Amino acid sequence: MSEYNVRDKTAIVGIGETKYYKRGQAPVPEFLLACEAITKAAEDAGISVKDIDGFSSYSNDRNEATRIAAALDLPEVRLSMMVWGGGGGGVAAAVGNAAAAIAAGYANYVVVFRALAQGQYGRFGQGAPIATIAGAAPGYSNLSAYSAPYGLLAPAHWIALRTRRFMYEHKVRQDALAAIAMASYHHAQSNPRAIMYGRPLTRQAYDNSRWIAEPFHLFDCCMENDGAAAVILTSAERARDLKHKPAYIMAAAQGSGYRTDVAAENSVDYPSANYKTVAPRLYQMAGIAPSDVDVAQFYEHFSGGPLMCIVEHGFCHPDEVNEFCTFENLTAPAGRLPINTSGGNLAECYVHGMELVNEAVRQVRGTSTAQVPEAKIALVVSGPLVPRGVSNLLVHS
Amino acid sequence: MPQTTTKSYLPPGLAIPLPTPDGMDKGFYDGLKRHELTVQRCNRCHTFQFAPELICHKCQSPDLGWHKVSGRGRLYSWIRIWNAVHPALKEACPYIVAVVELPDAGGVRMVGNLLGDPMQDAPFDAEVQAVFEDHPDQGFTLVQWRLV
Repeated sequence: MSEYNVRDKTAIVGIGETKYYKRGQAPVPEFLLACEAITKAAEDAGISVKDIDGFSSYSNDRNEATRIAAALDLPEVRLSMMVWGGGGGGVAAAVGNAAAAIAAGYANYVVVFRALAQGQYGRFGQGAPIATIAGAAPGYSNLSAYSAPYGLLAPAHWIALRTRRFMYEHKVRQDALAAIAMASYHHAQSNPRAIMYGRPLTRQAYDNSRWIAEPFHLFDCCMENDGAAAVILTSAERARDLKHKPAYIMAAAQGSGYRTDVAAENSVDYPSANYKTVAPRLYQMAGIAPSDVDVAQFYEHFSGGPLMCIVEHGFCHPDEVNEFCTFENLTAPAGRLPINTSGGNLAECYVHGMELVNEAVRQVRGTSTAQVPEAKIALVVSGPLVPRGVSNLLVHS
Repeated sequence: MPQTTTKSYLPPGLAIPLPTPDGMDKGFYDGLKRHELTVQRCNRCHTFQFAPELICHKCQSPDLGWHKVSGRGRLYSWIRIWNAVHPALKEACPYIVAVVELPDAGGVRMVGNLLGDPMQDAPFDAEVQAVFEDHPDQGFTLVQWRLV
């Protein structure tokens, strides 16, 4: 591999998000949510929104860069780019692409954003009521003619199948999943932005909640929401003169391993979050070890994602998951690895994982509502098990 | 004799599987109609692959055929689904979806329902056997699985 030379050349200087809504409750169209999050990120950075000259997103965001640029009266767009494929695997990749583009001089202020109003468009958690299906669905190899007729239709199902195999191979107990869900809900209780603010989750309520697809109870599953979030990146040089302490991009990695995107559950390495090549590459780029990470934001469509990501990012051995994944270890301020300190997809808002980037920035600024004392390095891990590719990111102060 | 059934595990209304327009997986569906489980195999290097593809992933040959396998498999993973995500499934929950590995086809996997009691606690890696589920009105056959 050629030498990675983008470390610390760029930084996240502004973060913004809309108010977060339950699905169907956003009072304005999704496009305006996108514009609001971007405008707020510019305000947070202390720049004019008209300074933005680049756009980066993922999962085929419906709100096109040029439409936003026209609506916000931007003088010029120098860059717009999209990470290929559906799913939340591309969040950190969209940030990484923005960092690379800025370092290469393509643009000065690139906004990375995601707007998602599941109340206004299709719900990810529902199977499409289509009459026929041939081969694999475009953008989703998981949904194919070889699986849909059996009622294998939703992300909860695909992730549950892999999680159960992983749990079987490594004798993982339900307690590990419960700890992940409860950590997210616990952190949401100090975060007024969170949809589950004021709605603490007890172990008993977790155990009593209905099954969605075993091993996932209701509280193992992300919410379906309306909202938007955005971050603005610029060069390290410009970042030094702006309002906040910069969150420097240490490294960002993306991709997939050998034959991960084969339909009918034929990913070669099946009980995996798909980070076995991407995580070591991230640490190598950053020049750090897992033990250097102070706090982590793991994309949780379902609690099985963080479970396997914790292993694949080197925080514990697969056979030590039961010991590592406890509520005490996963919660701020004093856990061994506090995760999802805003509540994340489970309990803050499902903005397709974009909100996890905003939270990582807060942690290295020192402004999280579940702050890890003196957090210097924050990890963001985007949608695990997404066959179209995954990505991760390290920011530091 | 292959095991067959005309009793559907799930109610009608889910998407009906059709061959792709390029003919890539026609042999698979033709086999199912004959109550034969076939897996795509490279005629040049004999590598098995599933899901079907237009070329062999090992040697990139476009010369692919369909190889009949025993229908014996290993229960690689399974889940019990309680949440109906499709109108057709409203009365069908819980149901079991299984991923089955085929040792006599290079370990490729196929999806199906695990026939029988939806509350069964099937052991991982248990031996399973293919069952052909005919849908004569719609003209297609699914491969399903049952514990041996």
